[in-house]
Amino acid sequence: MAPTSPSIEVADLTKRYGEVEAVRGVSFAVEPGEVFGLLGPNGAGKSTTINVLCTLVRPSGGRARVAGFDVAAEADAVRRRIGLVFQDPTLDLQLTAAQNLRLHADLYDLDRAVVDDRIDEVLALVELGERRDHRAMALSGGMRRRLEIARGLLHAPEVLFLDEPTIGLDPQSRAAVWGYVRSLQAQEGTTVLMTTHYMDEAELCDRIAIVDRGEIVALGTPEALKASVGADRVTLRTVDDVAAAAALRDRFGLEAAVADGALAVHVADGEAFVPRLFAELDVAITSVTVARPTLDDVFLRYTGASLRDADDAPGRVPNLMQVFSKAGR
Amino acid sequence: MTAAVAGTRVPARSWRSELRAARGVWRREVTRFLDDRLRIATALIQPVLFLFVLAPGLESLAERSTDGVALRTFMFPGVLCMAMWFSAMVSAASLVMDRELGFLRELAVAPVRRSSIVLGKGAGAVTAALVQGLILLALAGPAGVPYDPVLLAGLFGLQVLIAVAVTAFGIMVATVTSRAPTFNSVMQALVFPVVFLSGALYPVSGLPAWLGLVNRLDPLTYAVDPMRRLVFAHVDASDAARAALAPPVTWWGWPVPVALELALVLALGAAMLAVAIRRFGRAG
Repeated sequence: MAPTSPSIEVADLTKRYGEVEAVRGVSFAVEPGEVFGLLGPNGAGKSTTINVLCTLVRPSGGRARVAGFDVAAEADAVRRRIGLVFQDPTLDLQLTAAQNLRLHADLYDLDRAVVDDRIDEVLALVELGERRDHRAMALSGGMRRRLEIARGLLHAPEVLFLDEPTIGLDPQSRAAVWGYVRSLQAQEGTTVLMTTHYMDEAELCDRIAIVDRGEIVALGTPEALKASVGADRVTLRTVDDVAAAAALRDRFGLEAAVADGALAVHVADGEAFVPRLFAELDVAITSVTVARPTLDDVFLRYTGASLRDADDAPGRVPNLMQVFSKAGR
Repeated sequence: MTAAVAGTRVPARSWRSELRAARGVWRREVTRFLDDRLRIATALIQPVLFLFVLAPGLESLAERSTDGVALRTFMFPGVLCMAMWFSAMVSAASLVMDRELGFLRELAVAPVRRSSIVLGKGAGAVTAALVQGLILLALAGPAGVPYDPVLLAGLFGLQVLIAVAVTAFGIMVATVTSRAPTFNSVMQALVFPVVFLSGALYPVSGLPAWLGLVNRLDPLTYAVDPMRRLVFAHVDASDAARAALAPPVTWWGWPVPVALELALVLALGAAMLAVAIRRFGRAG
């Protein structure tokens, strides 16, 4: 395998469960050493994509190669080269941290001469060195997740998959997990593919693909994606949102989106827009904020919904999908 | 890449790596089992209850028909089988819990054959059953069964065979039921009927016709019978007692040879294990 070939290559990948198409023709490539994020609401097809890439689920169509091997035809070769941290915990809570790792070493047939050193090494990386002989049951949620990450790394995989690695963690633990992802990339050159539905987390990836309803709607570095929106977001609170929205439409020709009980409009130069707003809007304004575009704006721009709203919308087909994939476990 | 501890790499699969994976899974099971002293203790309650509470209690009723053989001696082989059966059920339930709690996914993505994982899991369950079996064998004396090395070795050998077969059954049920409540209700429905119909607690001759038929259809019958024959070959009992308490299992009057009984148990176990391995892949 040439060193320049991508770690992950996905071409027109589809996965259907009966009537429902969870992944609809996804294509992307991840370079060695890259931290690549799949960003999207629950049920967008992120986890299904990961499950296909780590050979747990067979694709319905298209092709995917991981570490140079086809996930369908050479599943075994792929498995030896990947590490996986699932969204749901998969530790044996009755065993100690070291026992969990030792079982993993047995499953991956790691050289016995190096297992102990390697266990110490990965535990040190996630700052659990002192918990080596503690039962997983006795660890906090954040520590358990870190132990899972240590386990995913134990066999020095070329590609590490992290499915919502920080879900349910407190901000401190989340920041810690991010620290490890970065340091492991620096120390071991591991390629990381992660899914998330946290915007701030996606910001930390080298590149992200925004996924909605089984399709990639945008792909690039966080900066490039934000630049592509090309407009600032002006959020205003007023005493009468309905009247204000109508006035924005009549006076400025702007369609306001309602989010979190405030009106949001996108304009090219937000700071210059604010004085005009106060001068021309005849509805009393209680507050105004101007923000550079965020990934949420990118999401809004490409999908027509804010990420949070997409997450909550009950009628969206991919949400149903998630129910199926959970049930299928 | 300042890659890790040098030499950390995952080699290609081989029969040795499969064996190591299976042993790793086995060690996990044994670690968990030995750790769970309460399980070991509670698992002994029922067999001991049958042998030393129920049997003496019923003895007053049965005195005339047992021809001098203590009921607990008669029940001893049946209770040994019963203990194997109960233990296998508990172990199978742990497989269901592995799935519910997500641990199975760790096993499912490993570069290891499904069969290695199932065999490791099964070996762990068999080990757990045999630990309990050995403790019960130690109670042979109080149950009126002599500590004859040949007898004890033979009983232990039969326990191994039975443990393998009932574990295969448990794992099969665990892999074909999709969720814990289903598994639990299937097991609840089976656990006592299989024991009661097997003749573990009563002789299999002279049963009402329908019960005799169901008894012959119960696989555990063919595990209990060789054990009982072995025990009765080593205890003092009159010919009348032997005929009444340890008659061989018959098919339309034909006494089934012990070898055939054992072959039957083994074949059933192997078939169920094959189903379990096939199904396990899908369950993961």
